[in-house]
Amino acid sequence: MARRLERIDRPIKVLTDDIYALSSTANMLYVAAPRILPALIVMAVPALSPSVYFERVWIITAIYALLALSWDFVALSTGLVSLGQALFFGVGAYLAAILNLQLGIPSLWTLPLAGLGGAAICTVLLAPCLPLRGIYFAMTTLVYPLLLARTIEATAIVGGTDGLVGVEPFPSLWLEKYLVLVVLLASTYALRRLMTSDFGIVLRSISDNDQAAKAAGINITWYKLIALWIGSALGSFAGAYFTHLYMFVGLSAFSLDLSILPIACAVVGGIGTLAGPVVGAFILVPLTEMLRDAGTLRIVAYSLLLVALVLLRPEGVLSYLKRKYEQVERWVEV
Amino acid sequence: MDCLVLNRVSKRFGGVSALDDVSFSVAEHQVLGIIGLNGSGKTTVVNAITGFIEPDSGEIWFKGTEITGFAPHRVAAAGIARTFQTVRPFHNLPAFKNLIVPLYSPRIRKRTESGRWGDRDAVALDLLEEVGFERDSHVPYKPASTLPHGYLRRLELARCLALRPDLLITDELFSGLSAAEVGSMLPLIEKLQARGMTIVMVEHRLRELFRLAHRVVVLDRGRKIAEGSPREIVESSTVKETYLGAELSQ
Repeated sequence: MARRLERIDRPIKVLTDDIYALSSTANMLYVAAPRILPALIVMAVPALSPSVYFERVWIITAIYALLALSWDFVALSTGLVSLGQALFFGVGAYLAAILNLQLGIPSLWTLPLAGLGGAAICTVLLAPCLPLRGIYFAMTTLVYPLLLARTIEATAIVGGTDGLVGVEPFPSLWLEKYLVLVVLLASTYALRRLMTSDFGIVLRSISDNDQAAKAAGINITWYKLIALWIGSALGSFAGAYFTHLYMFVGLSAFSLDLSILPIACAVVGGIGTLAGPVVGAFILVPLTEMLRDAGTLRIVAYSLLLVALVLLRPEGVLSYLKRKYEQVERWVEV
Repeated sequence: MDCLVLNRVSKRFGGVSALDDVSFSVAEHQVLGIIGLNGSGKTTVVNAITGFIEPDSGEIWFKGTEITGFAPHRVAAAGIARTFQTVRPFHNLPAFKNLIVPLYSPRIRKRTESGRWGDRDAVALDLLEEVGFERDSHVPYKPASTLPHGYLRRLELARCLALRPDLLITDELFSGLSAAEVGSMLPLIEKLQARGMTIVMVEHRLRELFRLAHRVVVLDRGRKIAEGSPREIVESSTVKETYLGAELSQ
C-alpha cells in the first residue's frame, strides 16, 4: 500500500492568520512567541553567562549573524550571490580604526560612521559589477577582499601587514555586550518588515524576474544599489564592531572565512528568510568554538555536520521549525 | 495624431539582420497588428520600442518625444507597457503582489497620493478582477508559480494595465491558450480598444488579430513587406506568397 505524507495547517495557525489572532490570549501568544522568545533568549544569555569567555563567543556570534543577515538580504533582494562578505567586513573594520586613530573619533561614533561610510565605499566598488549575474558577480565579489588585502600588504598603507593597533575599546563592558545584540535584533526585524512592504516587494521582484521588473517601470540598477548599500552597511558595522572589540584590525579582516561562514550560516538556517541565517549563525559559531578543543579534527566534525544538515534539512533549520510549528503531518494511504 | 512612429529602424545580431529599415506608425486609439513568420523580427520590434535592445540605426518617436535608446524603465515611465511572449510573472509573489511592482513605479507613484494602509493592494485586486480573476476566490492570493497558464497571461496583461499605459504592446498574448481561453481573453482587448487605448499586437492568431486590428504590418526576415487594412493584407498577393498561403488554405 502506497503512503503519502500529508501536511495540514494546525487550526490555531489558520485561526491566527487574520484579525482573529487578537481574539484570545492564546492566539496572540501563538503569533508572538516565535518572534519574541528567540529575542529574549539572545538578550538573556550574556546576563546568565558562566564566563567572560562565553560572553565573548556570544558577541562574535552576533557579529557573524549580522554578516549572514547582510548576505541573505543582498541575495534575497537582488538575486546576487556575494562571495565577498569579507569586503564589507574589512572595509568597515579598517574605516573604524582609521576614524578612531587618525581623527580621534570616539568608538560610539565610529560604529555608525564606519557602517554608513563603509557601505558607501563598498557600493561604489561593486556598482560596476551590478549588471553581472550569477557566477560572474560571485567571482568579482570574491576577488575584491583579496585585492584590498594585497594592496594594503604591498603598499604598507594603513599599517601594512602589522595592522592598526591601539584602537579605543567600548566605553563600557555592558555596552560591548549588548549593543551588537540590539542592533542585530533590530535590523533582523526591520529587514523582515521591509521585505513585506511595497518597497520590499519591488526588491523581491528584481531577484525573481529582472526583465519583467524593468518592463514594469522599475529602474532595477537603482534598487540594486540601495539593497547593496543596506547590506554592506550591516557588514561594515559588523567589521567596525570587531575592530573595537579587539582594539586591533589586521589583514585577517579580509579573510576568506568571513565570506564563507555567512553563507554556511544562511544554508543551515534557511536561505531567503532573513531570520534563518541569524539562527544559523547562533548554531554554527558557538559550535565551532565548542569544537576548538578537538584541534584540527574540529574542521572535520564541523564539515560533516554541515554536509548532514544540507542533505537532511536542505530548506534550513528555521523553515523546518516553522513547518513543525504551523502544520501537522500524517501518513495517508493513497 | 501619431502615437508611435518608427523611422527606418535597423538592428543586426552578428551577421543576421533582425530588423532592416523598418518604418511604420500607429495613430492614437488605433490597433496595429504585426504579423510574420517565426524569426521575421516581430519580437525584435517590440524589444526595440520598449528599450530591451538598442537599434543600430533609425529613430523611434512616442507622442512627439524621441525614445530611441531609452532604458526599459524610462520607456515604461513614458507610458508604454508590454507583455512578454513567454509569460514572466514574479513567481515567488502572490498574484496580486505582482501588480505592486508597476504600481510602485515612478510613473504611477507620481499620480497617486500614497501607498499607506495597503492602498496599492486594493488597486491591485481591482485590476486583477478587471482581467478576470475571481475576486472572492483564493486565486489572487496564490503565489504566481502555482497559477495555470491562462491566469498568468491575464496577470501579464494586468501588470501592463497597472502602468496606466498610453500604448499597450502585446507580444503573442494568445499563444499557449486554449480556444476557450482565447475566447475569454478577446473581450478584454476589445474593451480596452473601446476605451480608446492604442494597442500594438504581435500575433500568430490571424483570425483574432484581423478582428481587432485597424491596420496590419507584415514582416519577413526583418523587412516590412506589406502594410494595410486587414482586408488589404488578406488580399495582397505578396503576403499570400510569403506568409498567408499555407495558413489560409487550411
